[in-house]
Amino acid sequence: MNEENQIYFIDSDQLPPAALERKHRLENDPSSRTDIMAYLPGQQVLESDIKDRVIAAMDAYQPEAYTDADVRRALASDRCTVTDFQALLSPAAAPYLEKMARRAELETQRHFGNTVYLFTPLYIANYCQNYCVYCGFNCYNNIARRKLNPAEIEHEMKVIADSGMEEVLILTGESRLQSDVPYIGDAIKTARKYFRNIGVEIYPLNVDEYKFLHECGCDYVTVFQETYDRVKYEQLHLLGHKRVWPYRFDAQERALMGGMRGAGFSALLGLSDWHRDAFASAYHVYLINRKYPHAELSLSCPRLRPIVNNGRINPRDVGERELCQILCAYRIFLPFVGITVSSRESATFRNGIAKICATKISAGVSTGIGDHEAKYTGTEEKDTGDEQFEIQDGRSIKTMYRDMQNGGLQPVLNDYLYL
Amino acid sequence: MQDVFKLGGHEFHSRFILGSGKYDLKLIKAAVEQGGAEIITLAVRRANTKQSESVLDYIPKGVTLLPNTSGARTADEAARIARLARAMGCGDFVKIEIMRDSKYLLPDNEETIKATEMLVKEGFIVLPYMYPDLYAARRLQEAGAAAVMPLAAPIGSNRGLETRAFIQILIDEIDLPIIVDAGIGKPSQACEAMEMGSAAIMANTAIATAGDVPAMAAAFKNAIEAGRTAYLAGLGRTLPRGASASDPLTGFLH
Repeated sequence: MNEENQIYFIDSDQLPPAALERKHRLENDPSSRTDIMAYLPGQQVLESDIKDRVIAAMDAYQPEAYTDADVRRALASDRCTVTDFQALLSPAAAPYLEKMARRAELETQRHFGNTVYLFTPLYIANYCQNYCVYCGFNCYNNIARRKLNPAEIEHEMKVIADSGMEEVLILTGESRLQSDVPYIGDAIKTARKYFRNIGVEIYPLNVDEYKFLHECGCDYVTVFQETYDRVKYEQLHLLGHKRVWPYRFDAQERALMGGMRGAGFSALLGLSDWHRDAFASAYHVYLINRKYPHAELSLSCPRLRPIVNNGRINPRDVGERELCQILCAYRIFLPFVGITVSSRESATFRNGIAKICATKISAGVSTGIGDHEAKYTGTEEKDTGDEQFEIQDGRSIKTMYRDMQNGGLQPVLNDYLYL
Repeated sequence: MQDVFKLGGHEFHSRFILGSGKYDLKLIKAAVEQGGAEIITLAVRRANTKQSESVLDYIPKGVTLLPNTSGARTADEAARIARLARAMGCGDFVKIEIMRDSKYLLPDNEETIKATEMLVKEGFIVLPYMYPDLYAARRLQEAGAAAVMPLAAPIGSNRGLETRAFIQILIDEIDLPIIVDAGIGKPSQACEAMEMGSAAIMANTAIATAGDVPAMAAAFKNAIEAGRTAYLAGLGRTLPRGASASDPLTGFLH
């Protein structure tokens, strides 16, 4: 049982026997795990049909059913229908990658010109109450845990702001206990002093909590669904509030209802069948756009990466060509959405994809806790928290700015007002 | 006689306005030097930066800044952006852009009317970007707008005068300059809009995405001037068939 997931399971010799036993039971005995469709107390339930529609469309999607002719028809058409998009994500589209890239480039230029936005993520805590088997922060992984205090948060922000960055994405591990909503709200208020544009990537919240964070100064919320395949989701998210698949699914909608200007979406590519996950991610965005046409929506495209204590984790069948196909299909289907490409990808890939369809690129990245000064200035690290995953592209803001300019793109540090 | 373009109590000689969608130094330089633009729009949100190459630094002296309220979703938000622009030293001009649609970026006429009413009272010279609807244009006129800026086609689409018939109605019925904004993809389309009697043309994407930006800016300048001259000259009759009868058909009448 759960055999193909064995690659993720790592036992720490620091765990007490009882904890280890529970971990093994969760990994091997499905009956020991909770129902992923059952909400936990306090989790707000939305009356929204978007979940059901995404599930139905994803279940009906047969990537192998599309032919060469379907792909050619999709590329010849002015507007990209849902069916066209399915064709572009299918194996039949693989030989058309260059043509797709040309079309995607055209759409990107029409909607965004030659601009590329730069931002940096800031992890303020890495405590987590979930056991997501592929994630470095998972509660059974023996890593250095840290939570920055307000003074440390301000110091990190100052270091980042001094590097020139104007947009910050605040992240935490998913622990309501260690990183509660007021703590995150305070971090946002501090960020307002140093940055023009603030987003969060934290555990999903209720509408009133999103409203509170919006009032603190945050306007963008990113929540990755990880996988839209509920069977796989159940096997990979074994413990914690994150196990509740539908509560996570509706997070963006709750964020928009709470007054946020925009929301980010993604599957973590490599966890399940990428064709279906990529389709579901973009179809989710498509339906949210129809319901909340004013919202600024974006898609990311993270692939699995090695983590602390497990260097074997990899994105399986999602290579750079497949990733490029996914991103071009996203751009052609949803020409108006932002596309973010993170430092999980190499400098070469990011330079190339920024010219085709990415609109947002991170720079000066650390996925650890409290180590920006050390990383930016080369000073010795002290008392830092371990990283969520290994990054591939460690370019500084300055280098990224220059590389984007050299690629004929115009780096933009801010194009946003908090209203 | 010199043809002067009067807008909000100011006088201009160029009828080409550079939009703000796709900004860079090369484009602004081309628009001013080859396109003769005297008015350049500026997205306030884009100027809200510490960036070393701030958009504000790109704007040459002598050019009138037309700050826009892009990013606003309501009249109140547009008003706040307009006040911020004034505080930044951008002057009294403001182009109202209120979009509640992130896909097509179509303007919301209802909120735009509200914002126009508010900002005119605060002494702004208000130029509202709007969907070409006669009733909305009349209300904008009543609210004290300095011009009306109907869209020709969805912004960035380069599709040309898709709303031609409705823009013509505004030109015929509204006693304000009609500035055609958004969707103009070619100089010939700019020329046609000017022949119809538009007061000015705002363009951005068509020039920004051209193979040779300065040459395209010059082409727009020439096309806008040609269209304006044709409009002032009065377009000749286009006869459906045959030649014009030299003897009047109604010659028998006394």
